[in-house]
Amino acid sequence: MKQVFWSLAALLSHWRKHPASLVTLLMGLSIATALWSGVQALNTQARNSYNQAAAIFTQGNSQNIIAQQGGYFNQDLFIRLRRSGAKVSPIIEGRIYLQKKELKIIGVDPITTPKNLSVELVHSLKSSFDLIDKAGKAFISPETLQGLGSKSDDRLKTDRGILLPPLQPLSSVPPGVIITDIGIAQNTLARAGKLSRLVVDQRNNLNSEQVSRLTNNSLRLVAPDDSNDLTRLTDSFHLNLTAFGMLAFVVGFFIVNASVGLAFEQRLPTLRTLRALGAPAYLLVFGMLIEIAAFTLIAGLIGVTGGYLIAQELLPNVAASLEGLYGAQISSRLALDKNWFFSAFAMAGSGALLANTAGLVKTLRLPVLNVAKPIAWREINHGYLRRQALLAFLAIVIAVLTYSLGKNLLSGFAFMACGLLGTAMLLPFILALLLLVGESQSQQPLLRWLFADGRQEIPGLSLALMALLLTLSANIGIGGMVTGFRETFLAWLDERLIAEIYYETATADDARKIEAWAQSDREIDAILPVWRAKTLIENQPVELMGMTFHDTYIRHFPLLSSKENVWENLHSNDSILISEQLARRLNINIDDVLNLPTGDKDWRVTIAGIFPDYGNPKGQIRIDHDRLALHFTDASRTHYSLRVAARSTGSVMARMKAVHGEKIIRIVDQEEVKKISIGIFEKTFMITGALNTLMLIVSAVALFTSLLTLSNLRLRQVAPVWAIGVSRQILAAIELARILIFAAGVALVAIPLGVFITWGLVTIINVIAFGWRLPMHIYPMHWLMVFITSLLTALLASLVPVIQLARSKPIDLLKGFTDAR
Amino acid sequence: MTIAHTLKIEEDGEILRIQDLTKSYETPQGSLLVLNKISLAIQSRTTIALMGESGSGKSTLLHLIGALDDPDTGSILIDGMEITQLKESEKAALRRNKIGFVFQQFNLIASLTVAENLAFQARLADRLDPTWLAELTHRLGLTQIASRYPEQLSGGQQQRVAVGRALAVKPRLLLADEPTGNLDEKTGDSVLALTLELVEETGCAFLMATHSARLAARLQRQCRLETGVLTCP
Repeated sequence: MKQVFWSLAALLSHWRKHPASLVTLLMGLSIATALWSGVQALNTQARNSYNQAAAIFTQGNSQNIIAQQGGYFNQDLFIRLRRSGAKVSPIIEGRIYLQKKELKIIGVDPITTPKNLSVELVHSLKSSFDLIDKAGKAFISPETLQGLGSKSDDRLKTDRGILLPPLQPLSSVPPGVIITDIGIAQNTLARAGKLSRLVVDQRNNLNSEQVSRLTNNSLRLVAPDDSNDLTRLTDSFHLNLTAFGMLAFVVGFFIVNASVGLAFEQRLPTLRTLRALGAPAYLLVFGMLIEIAAFTLIAGLIGVTGGYLIAQELLPNVAASLEGLYGAQISSRLALDKNWFFSAFAMAGSGALLANTAGLVKTLRLPVLNVAKPIAWREINHGYLRRQALLAFLAIVIAVLTYSLGKNLLSGFAFMACGLLGTAMLLPFILALLLLVGESQSQQPLLRWLFADGRQEIPGLSLALMALLLTLSANIGIGGMVTGFRETFLAWLDERLIAEIYYETATADDARKIEAWAQSDREIDAILPVWRAKTLIENQPVELMGMTFHDTYIRHFPLLSSKENVWENLHSNDSILISEQLARRLNINIDDVLNLPTGDKDWRVTIAGIFPDYGNPKGQIRIDHDRLALHFTDASRTHYSLRVAARSTGSVMARMKAVHGEKIIRIVDQEEVKKISIGIFEKTFMITGALNTLMLIVSAVALFTSLLTLSNLRLRQVAPVWAIGVSRQILAAIELARILIFAAGVALVAIPLGVFITWGLVTIINVIAFGWRLPMHIYPMHWLMVFITSLLTALLASLVPVIQLARSKPIDLLKGFTDAR
Repeated sequence: MTIAHTLKIEEDGEILRIQDLTKSYETPQGSLLVLNKISLAIQSRTTIALMGESGSGKSTLLHLIGALDDPDTGSILIDGMEITQLKESEKAALRRNKIGFVFQQFNLIASLTVAENLAFQARLADRLDPTWLAELTHRLGLTQIASRYPEQLSGGQQQRVAVGRALAVKPRLLLADEPTGNLDEKTGDSVLALTLELVEETGCAFLMATHSARLAARLQRQCRLETGVLTCP
């Protein structure tokens, strides 16, 4: 025990002498853990919210009964079904505005709510008989209540001036939702006697024919709404986030590895002395393991705190983009579980252990009588470069294999990761080659030394430079993809959103009335119904939308590829347009034939065109309006768009609200839709931008800490040159030049690697994850910015060590002659 | 006095004059006086052994003479030029032009080959004489290993490279701090013999710190540094 204690004391004394190395190591491990756990916190938060929402809204595998043609329906139909013995429960859903925030209101009937819904919320509702009190209660999640600036039992008015029942916080209510008694909800939504759907009790054996017969074809039985299957839909989003988190962890891990490697070199004499004094190798390894455990504990705590803060900062944007893209409501208050907490420590521990593995193995094999051997840097360098080359080769082979064999998102990411790591591992080679060329071309002795010494410095700096390379290339690659996507998306929006006004009515009947009214309005040029239906193709939900044979589509609707006279074909034949992502999923192309399930039989259609549908996680098919009505009699007939003169948009909307306010659920103009779409887009990539910036900071820290740690070791290299007659200022300038050469070399490698990332994201990841392929764009100005960023990062990181050298006292340099090794 | 003036090589006469040189170090226990009003003059072609116990201040004196460190008081004149007041860049110029330094730990530049190490200081000073360098390389027995790197050499070979590097610039003053301290007796003897031979040929002054009375006896004068005081018989 005493042996362990004293050996550990001797090992730990190293950190007392080198506090900067200790700080570096802990900082690297903490940052890596923080970035990883931050991303994981976001994923956990989102998944918890999905589960919460799914538990309430999809009601497990319960079926729903909805209006034959979409929208609301009369509650008489519910009464009719109940009287016939069907175990169904009514629900009304809609949107309200409270304190200028949009919320979803759900009205439920506590008495008929099916018993098989074993959800805490339902029990709360059922046991809370207050719900059918006069005032009733409105259940809301605590964070949504807080977000409204309200407290328990507050009563708020909607934007329409309707007073809600006292608000009651309930943690099982999903964020952004208010659940209340169905009667209160109907009044709040101004839909007295109307319902959105009926939830069918799982013990019920209702079939479609029975529902149609009992409701005179007004209602139909549908499978659980797949749009609520958020976990599946958002998988790609979360995998992307995880991939970024992993990349950030790798960058952070590189710092740890660099710090541990340098610390091991610094501590080698101590280890040798301890071995020479009789400390067994296993004892030293045991001591080092205790040390790793301590690091894990400290860095884990800092990392978990940092991760929490990062997640807290990014959560609003993640929540906004998930809501915009998938309609998912994510709680804005981070509620994290112990699994997340311990997994962060596990990552910190495994990172520390992995970084120390080489040191532990070396310690076990350390020859005791090796003290007097000169430091064979060339041997080390050659060995290092050989190992790197081997690892790079392996990574590239794995990349090629995953590219040719795998066709899913995971293999896509594996391909990208191996390609990235393989190139990163080649970096020391490339830099050594560049320096060798520089050396051979230099006649001036100091210049030759600059290049020659640079090669010697590569092993010590390579991990930090690799971290910088990954960051810069990720910046170029992801930046290129995002900018390209933005350009494509904006151009696509301009083409796609041609109509000036978009609206949704409460019922199909309402829609017909508004349509009739609109035909007589002089300011309205065209009424474009956008009826919708759903079907399943290969067990995946597909949205069908109708299109009239109108100039608006013919002139503007963007198509990626199409057959000749596509619009005439669509109008007069059994032809359809199919979204790019669906076409890829089904592996079909122009002129291919598809059997489209219409409910009772399949409809044989030909693909006339493929259109881009960015941002839509589901497959979509566009059909001629009349054919949609013919083949999909259950199509929802509540969505329309209007063509009006731009200057008349406001007045037409105002008139519609005044005349048909009650009939309209939502009405927005083109600008508003664009604003919302662009907002979602920006928020989605704001997360990417934030993580990118964090990674750049991490890389700068990595480089800074490596240079700082190396600066002590560098004295031995610099001191003889100083003694021979080169001033400290010139030496400092040379050191700076060397770092800038490294940074420039890294940036030069980062450019093609960044283009590789853009290519991978555009042609592999996006296509698999989202189903769309963007045009590949390259941005040389962005490369220039990254090049400058690389130089600035290196300049900033090297400033302290370089100034230290320029201002070093002669006595510090003279130490270089006495600190042998 | 300008640098250009100081660079004028004087073939003979006094090369080094030290007057009342004092140096102390701050330690946790207080100020430690290492050199106490030391004075010394060295003519060209003179070889002096500087002896004394470990910590007696031999290295400190060499560092001060070599313009690697600054004294507390006193003056150091090299070729008649006061060096204690020089700026950093002027000291650097003085070191590369007039002083050759051989260290106990060799302190070769690890990233350069033997040939590059040998020529390095002379190239820096822009005073490379290829004929002299070739002769030096040959005389020091380094021709066969000119393309090797320091880590591939034995201690004796490394020290011969260090001597060659210092002499390639044809310095006015060669300073050596325990040059044979890391070598065995035979190798140490041969390195010193070669050094003295080359010193004689270049006409520079040679000041060597050593513990070895045997090696010191091979130099013209033997000075002893004790409790900060220098005694030269």
